[in-house]
Amino acid sequence: MTEGFHRTQTEMIPNRAAPASSVGIVGWVRTNLLSSWVNVGLTLLGFYLIWLVVPPLLMWAFFDATYIGTDRFACAGASGACWVFLDQRIGQFLYGFYPSDQTWRVNIALFLLIPALAPLLFDSLPFAKYGRWFSLAYPFIATFLLIGGFGLEEIPTNKFGGFMLNITVGLSGIFLSLPVGILLALGRRSQLPFVRIFCIGFIEVFRGVPLITMMFTAAMLLPLFLPPQFSMDLVVRVIIVVTAFASAYMAEVIRGGLAGIDRGQYEAAQALGLGYWKSMLLIILPQALKYSIPGIVNTFIALFKDTTLVIVIGLFDILNIGRSMVANPDWMGLGIETYAIIAVSFFTVCFSISRYSLGLERRLDTSR
Amino acid sequence: MTDTQKSESSSGSIWTNERARGIVSQVLLVGGVIAVVWFLVSNTNTNLEKVGLELGFGFLADQAFFEINQNLIEYSSTSTFGRALLVGLLNTLLVSVLGIITATIVGFVMGVLRLSSNWMVSRMAGVYVEGIRNVPLLLQIIFWWTILSGLPRVANSLSIGNAIYLNNRGVRFPAPVMEPGMGFVIVTAIIGLMVAMIISGWATRRRVATGQGFPIIWINLLLIFMFPVLLFLMLGRPLSFDMPVPGRFNFSGGINITPELVALWWALTLYTGSFIAETVRAGILAVSRGQTEAAYALGLPPGLTMRKVVIPQALRVIVPPLTSQYLNLTKNSSLAIVVGYQDLVSVGNTVLNQSGHSIEIVAIWLVVYLSLSLATSAFMNWYNSRIALVEQ
Repeated sequence: MTEGFHRTQTEMIPNRAAPASSVGIVGWVRTNLLSSWVNVGLTLLGFYLIWLVVPPLLMWAFFDATYIGTDRFACAGASGACWVFLDQRIGQFLYGFYPSDQTWRVNIALFLLIPALAPLLFDSLPFAKYGRWFSLAYPFIATFLLIGGFGLEEIPTNKFGGFMLNITVGLSGIFLSLPVGILLALGRRSQLPFVRIFCIGFIEVFRGVPLITMMFTAAMLLPLFLPPQFSMDLVVRVIIVVTAFASAYMAEVIRGGLAGIDRGQYEAAQALGLGYWKSMLLIILPQALKYSIPGIVNTFIALFKDTTLVIVIGLFDILNIGRSMVANPDWMGLGIETYAIIAVSFFTVCFSISRYSLGLERRLDTSR
Repeated sequence: MTDTQKSESSSGSIWTNERARGIVSQVLLVGGVIAVVWFLVSNTNTNLEKVGLELGFGFLADQAFFEINQNLIEYSSTSTFGRALLVGLLNTLLVSVLGIITATIVGFVMGVLRLSSNWMVSRMAGVYVEGIRNVPLLLQIIFWWTILSGLPRVANSLSIGNAIYLNNRGVRFPAPVMEPGMGFVIVTAIIGLMVAMIISGWATRRRVATGQGFPIIWINLLLIFMFPVLLFLMLGRPLSFDMPVPGRFNFSGGINITPELVALWWALTLYTGSFIAETVRAGILAVSRGQTEAAYALGLPPGLTMRKVVIPQALRVIVPPLTSQYLNLTKNSSLAIVVGYQDLVSVGNTVLNQSGHSIEIVAIWLVVYLSLSLATSAFMNWYNSRIALVEQ
């Protein structure tokens, strides 16, 4: 046997690199944009649409726009957008008729929202245990800051307006509807027939009717239902009906969370000798609520967008302030700019919250 | 051991007996509800007495002194409040049905496009979905209405082929006018459709039983379109169009859709379409990849795989959330009031302001919307049970 006779390969040949056309940017473009003739056409069509829309939009919104002035006549010569009103009216858009020397209170309340929400939305924070106490106290702190009393100047709720009104109604609605929604969800699963019927009736009625009819109820029926000496501000009445409305949706979200809890958890709680309320509060609800957070966040997004409906009963939220500004001769014809700004405000808030909720859903979804 | 005995012995007490506790808590709930209702009713009675109003639906027979600019049934300012509300209800149904049809189309197209393998296409569909659904619908309705009312006046209408005119009073397009003989054409088309349905049912049964195909598409096209079209030509085209003619102040002839309806319809379509797109996307993704691969392994081409394997399974996931989107659209159509489209809520609000009967009007709203919800759910449940998986 001579050395020259070795015809078999004794070592593994290393993998050849993938062809240059299927890796890197070129590969990505080939698979994602140009995989077939139809796709080449669609990609070109897409680029054409972008070219058609984006440059003129940028020119209109930024480069040709007017930023400084006191009224719409400052924009007379410009072909782009007229953002003059922003500088002049930003206070109203944000705070409505809240006294301008007191708006720092709104800002602080909004700023405190971050430490109040953080321990609820992110688990791995230091001091999360103490942070939750702050979260519980936050609604009272915020109410005190916004309304005043105890030394602070009192500001009636009919001065609330602008984006702050949207945020206030949305947040109070979601916060107050949480306990009501939990009770309704538990009631819906209850063994007791009357409790169950009552909860199902409440949930289905509020889910079946448009929020706008509830707004009219707040504006016109609630004063009829209550004793005459017992008068409430319209904003408070709106928060009450919005809470009732949101708790019906909240109940369904939490019911979904409860349904996802393994039977073994209930049985384990019973085996430990816990009664109904103890087992719910200590074992079931903490888990169910955790799984409901994405749903709760989505309910909040829907509710937050729906707070613009206060417009039909004459409250001045950001949309109504914009709409009445456009009707003012000084600012007439600026509808598109105004609505674009309002749309961007809502989009920023809702889109970022929905991204968070999506991430959370992926994290909680252990099924895949 | 003593603990057990204790709890057993005390199980007769009202606090530890589950059954007794259940009864007590229910009695408390019912009592509470009755007390609250009684409190509200007595307040309402005092308040109503003070302003001198009486509860009751008698006012519906009174004359309504207002006009409604869009009515599907005959209506004038001498009609009754009841008729005005009926006009409003029909307008709600009109925009809801129109919106449901278009939103479904937009939603399915966008949902499928979002899953496209082409990055550009899926991203653009994504921009549409995220951009639309994170902005309040009310804002979108007002926005489109602002754009439509910025269209030129009647005298300078934009025209498409001198048949469709766009101006700040809406869209005016030719109205079809049926002449004698057109009835035959329609009857032929309906008969054709019925025969076509019978044939496709038979063809499906035969294919399932024997595996033999049948050229259903061509036969059905012939039945549904060719025969009616031939008859239409033979009878001397018994259909003409009432063309819009520009006049000095307004158009004569044709049908006009008000800008309010267009803005509302368009906004509802885009908004609900973006939610339906997400539903459709989730539904298609829910069909396991193995199903597609199995279909390919059996030699089915991609189109047929989508149509016969993926979509039927995805529909089972899609239909329940789709139902709630349809319900949302119907409920959201009540936002019509901000642009002045005269739907049930808008007309009801006018009636309420004129007559002062707020409780009755809100009651009518609740009953109507709840019935619409129940009717839609019932229909979709029926549809869902028809397409549901039959477990072996």
